[in-house]
Amino acid sequence: MTLAIVLLYLAAVLTVGFLAHRLFRGTGEDYFLATRTIGPFVLLMTLFGTHMTAFSLLGASGEAYHRGIGVFSLMASSSALVAPALFYFLGLPLWAIGKRHGFLTQVQFFRERWGSQTLALALFALLVALLVPYLLIGVLGGGIAFEEITTGRVPRWAGSLLICAIVSAYVTYGGLRSTAWVNTLQTLVFMGLGAATFVVVVRSLGGLGPALARVDPGLLLHGDRIGGAELVSYTLVPLSVGMFPHIFMHWLTARRATAFRLPIVAYPLCIAVVWVPSVLLGVLGSAEVPGLAGSEASSILVRMIRLHAPEALAGLLAAGVLAAVMSSLDSQALSLSTLFTQDVARRLPGLEAMDERRQVLLGRLFVVGVLAACYLLSLVAERSIFRLGVWSFTGFAALVPLPVAALYWRRSTATGALAAVLSVAALWALAFLGGWPAPESWLGRTGVEPVAWMLPVSALAMVAGSLLSRPPEFARVARFFPPEGTAETPAQPR
Amino acid sequence: MFAALGLLYLLHNDFWLWSEPRSWLGLPAGLVYHLGYCLAAALLMALVVRRAWPADLPD
Repeated sequence: MTLAIVLLYLAAVLTVGFLAHRLFRGTGEDYFLATRTIGPFVLLMTLFGTHMTAFSLLGASGEAYHRGIGVFSLMASSSALVAPALFYFLGLPLWAIGKRHGFLTQVQFFRERWGSQTLALALFALLVALLVPYLLIGVLGGGIAFEEITTGRVPRWAGSLLICAIVSAYVTYGGLRSTAWVNTLQTLVFMGLGAATFVVVVRSLGGLGPALARVDPGLLLHGDRIGGAELVSYTLVPLSVGMFPHIFMHWLTARRATAFRLPIVAYPLCIAVVWVPSVLLGVLGSAEVPGLAGSEASSILVRMIRLHAPEALAGLLAAGVLAAVMSSLDSQALSLSTLFTQDVARRLPGLEAMDERRQVLLGRLFVVGVLAACYLLSLVAERSIFRLGVWSFTGFAALVPLPVAALYWRRSTATGALAAVLSVAALWALAFLGGWPAPESWLGRTGVEPVAWMLPVSALAMVAGSLLSRPPEFARVARFFPPEGTAETPAQPR
Repeated sequence: MFAALGLLYLLHNDFWLWSEPRSWLGLPAGLVYHLGYCLAAALLMALVVRRAWPADLPD
């Protein structure tokens, strides 16, 4: 029955994706940005679904199994403030500039803002290097979740293959509009199912109070298993939202500025709805299924459902997990495709004047190519690559001085931005090679996350590089900081 | 308004509750605090949207 429910769900996903294609206008802007027509509710669902991965359901409960309720403050509630604040301070102005100048990618924006092709290439390379492991985690995580939920009837390779095939189908067919519509369905599914699972399991345990009474009291204390340095430094990790290419892409799709209002206000509530049940089920699971070691605990949610819920719910939960995986994977693959098509292919000699139809074709081919490559890599990857997730977030968070300077510091220059990008690349490589399986082990095992020192170094590089270089041309600055009450003529960048 | 955002960011580090064994509303105190933190973030962002919405954005 579990498998039948999952297959029904995947059929629903494909149907929604294909229905969205009926509105396709055949242009590059429509394929990559849905012609900037996304309204408030779909924008909220796509931003949230893209940001949350399978980790929010399975990984969070696994972490809470070992570390207790503090996982919610460590990984969720800081995002509840930082993410919407970034939507307001970065997303809104970037949307306005993107609309005014016709930008399709963040690399385009930074290239035009600082007038440097070298910066654009360096940034493109770093963004791809940080995003590919993130994609790989999604493909691998989906396969593992499939295998665990179907108790091995669907092997890992088949689960990953199915997920890649489904995502390829609706993303290549309908582009961003299909992605946004499907993300809305998927986000509703994993939010609703997480809450439903919690209610069913807790009822079976005789209520929340008696169930919590059986848990190790240390897991119910906020700071018993999480250090102060780790908690404080971890609040910087959600800054990664400000530089994720897939989040940037969704910002640009908003129909009008007011479409941001709902995501800005409702985002913290969505985080609570998904993470509180996941964390509590992990904590309760520590008493019900004791003795799980390390990453084994990631299966605690599945085990709790098997123990305390009907089989149909297991099928629905599987659908919810796959929804969380695919809602990130589709946007990441599409954003990589947009970056490649707009920032690499269209700048190659002979391809500058590529027509809209060819842009769409190239974008589609790239989506299939990148998912195929990630699938092949997932076949040889080990479970330990999940640790790469923190590193991916760390790299993106350390790059956040770029959009801040681009939007709020007129004196910033290409040299400063390039210095920041290179500092992040160098420090990231150094820290990664020095201790990638345990980021918190850096700095003498103090628990301080690498982002806590990579971010200040990157900001310092931006400031020093800018002040030591020639001030930017007035005309270029004026394009991005027009005097109040004036409007510029929109220009389509190449 | 923006000072309130900074203050709320600092309030995330609730060291005073770290060893609080009591339950609030049937849930561990630390978890209730951070659930409340999410609600406070939503309320504050609603105020920001209402009172500090940029006036110069295109339609």
